[in-house]
Amino acid sequence: MTGSHQTLAFSLFSVFVAITLAITTWVSRNRQGSAEEFYAGGRLFSPMENGFAIAGDYMSAASFLGVTGLIALFGYDGLLYVVGFLVAWLLVLFLVAELVRNCGRFTLADVVAARMNERPVRIAAGTSSVTVSVLYLVAQMVGAGSLVALLLGGTSAAARAWTVIGVGALMVIYVSLGGMRATTWIQIVKAVLLLSGTVALTVLVLLRFHGDFDRLLLTAAERSGHGDAFLAPGLKYGGDWTARFDFISLGLALVLGTAGLPHILSRFYTVPTARAARCSALWSIGLIGGFYLMTIILGFGAAAIVGPDAVRGSNAAGNTAVPLLALALGGGANSTAGTVLFAVVAAIAFATILAVVAGITLASSASVAHDLYASLRRRHAKPRSEVAVARVASVGIGVVAIALGLLARDLNVAFLVGLAFAVAASANLPVLLYSLFWRGFTTRGAVWAVYGGLVPALALVVLSPVVSGSPESLFPDVDFQYFPLQNPGLVSIPMGFLAGWLGTVTSDEIPDEAKHAETEVRALTGAGAA
Amino acid sequence: MQSSNGRPRGGGDGADGSAEHRDHAPSPAEAPGSARYDDPWYDALASGWGESDGVGGPVPEAGPELRASEDEAAAAADVYLEVQRSAAFQEVRSRYLRFVVPGVAAFLAWYMGYLVTATTVPGLMAHPVAGAVNVAMLAGLGQFLTTFLFAWAYARHARLRRDRAALELRWNTQELTRGVRGGA
Repeated sequence: MTGSHQTLAFSLFSVFVAITLAITTWVSRNRQGSAEEFYAGGRLFSPMENGFAIAGDYMSAASFLGVTGLIALFGYDGLLYVVGFLVAWLLVLFLVAELVRNCGRFTLADVVAARMNERPVRIAAGTSSVTVSVLYLVAQMVGAGSLVALLLGGTSAAARAWTVIGVGALMVIYVSLGGMRATTWIQIVKAVLLLSGTVALTVLVLLRFHGDFDRLLLTAAERSGHGDAFLAPGLKYGGDWTARFDFISLGLALVLGTAGLPHILSRFYTVPTARAARCSALWSIGLIGGFYLMTIILGFGAAAIVGPDAVRGSNAAGNTAVPLLALALGGGANSTAGTVLFAVVAAIAFATILAVVAGITLASSASVAHDLYASLRRRHAKPRSEVAVARVASVGIGVVAIALGLLARDLNVAFLVGLAFAVAASANLPVLLYSLFWRGFTTRGAVWAVYGGLVPALALVVLSPVVSGSPESLFPDVDFQYFPLQNPGLVSIPMGFLAGWLGTVTSDEIPDEAKHAETEVRALTGAGAA
Repeated sequence: MQSSNGRPRGGGDGADGSAEHRDHAPSPAEAPGSARYDDPWYDALASGWGESDGVGGPVPEAGPELRASEDEAAAAADVYLEVQRSAAFQEVRSRYLRFVVPGVAAFLAWYMGYLVTATTVPGLMAHPVAGAVNVAMLAGLGQFLTTFLFAWAYARHARLRRDRAALELRWNTQELTRGVRGGA
């Protein structure tokens, strides 16, 4: 990696930062400061715009760099991830997008609390939303730190720390000044950049193999040293039964978690109607599906052109497969085209992280201000003051994320993302589905469903090999490992559903039929939607 | 209010959605919110008639001026119960559930089946089909294909079988709740 890469990558990235800051300024210039605007961008985005923004929120660095790296190193087992990430969107489209748009206003808790005793439910749903967001946020911050270390050559701890702080500061500026409208436009710009970069690289890979996918696969398998095993499942997760159950657990968390991610749910509030929410989900399925199909080609392309050994040599987790592929496609380290492509890919990766981080920060500051603050202070906050709280909350969350990002810098990024999905699927999905579809659901059921998923999910992680008992753990010297799997989803997701059911059948509360009628009618027709 | 749904649908879903909003934009229900559209990002295509309905609708937390008396709330609740029990709503509801429940069951079963097969019997998945392409590769690409197909089928079902009736119900419900508020 020579200096010219870094200079070019850095200047391209600066251009992106300048453009996004300009967007933020332009948007906030004419702002009225209402909650509707801050949380939901005034609900005026078109389905296509929102579809791009959702895709931008969802296609994180974990997908662009992490998954392609996994495919380059382990072949087919990396592809299994991609399938889970995509299929999850059917659940969002079928059960969540339209109904949530019709029933809620800004957050997940809006949907649940409408039928229940508001305060405990809001606190529970707000807590789990913030937990999920912070986990997801830390993953992105850690990713940003390692990316800088890897791509810009600054391997020193100071460079990493300053990157994490810089990313955190930028995201706070975007969110607190620009709210949902600026965040959405940043997501759209980022999605377009990321998709164009991916299309360009995919075309170059396919040109290299004269459009012959079969030959691409054969070359990748041959170069990997595993032969045909590279093209079949089992290289990474085919070991003992613990590894297999771990992967099934992860797969379950991926497919059920997306529908419970707060920053994805809040995106559906930025369009005017349920019908527009459906259309934006369709746009995002198309964009995300196309993107993941291309990442498969890029992953196998990296295995075939760069080779797994070179990828592993640069970063053991494979996170630099795509930048290395770009360098090789352009003609190698000493060619101008290679340098330019490498710099472009690096800048796109930064832009990706920055945009995702802004989206999550906004969603979690909405949960803090709209759910937690409003409930805990027992005060009739006016909409304007709630927005002020949300702005302060975004600063607070930024500080927390920076601190945790610095502390957790040695944790595996893919693990953190998988954990965020598992917590979302355990704590948020059961309560959301029960309150939309179960007539007899009660307040106690709702509270139990949230905590009954959240607490086991977090507790199982603490007791898992991730935290203690193995050489790769956070605390390798102590051993309080009682749960064999790294991902808690397989156990904690059923527990969330079970706890919600148990809480409902044991409570004396008679479910309010009129409120259920209101939820159901509003969910399916859109009557009275915000 | 049904004119937009009655017209022939030529374009994709995105075009549909925006066309609907355009049709409804000048409706009288829009008036209370129209003063807010004075910002640079306002896009005529994206403006929704649903946007301003929160002002007139029975959203409990929509603002202090809407925290009307208990009587009104109770009357509005009756409206929802009445609508929920109506045959038209039950039809919309069962059309939705009849599509969504088997749909979710089918794609979750297909996905979990794929996941479990891939992790437990990799040998079967490694079975070659043509050239470098094996069963695993076909199953993986099959997941992509079925995801797109399911999404398309859902959108088509919603557009043809649900949207028009839901829109009519929405309108009637809002008329009824508005009547309740006005009368009280």
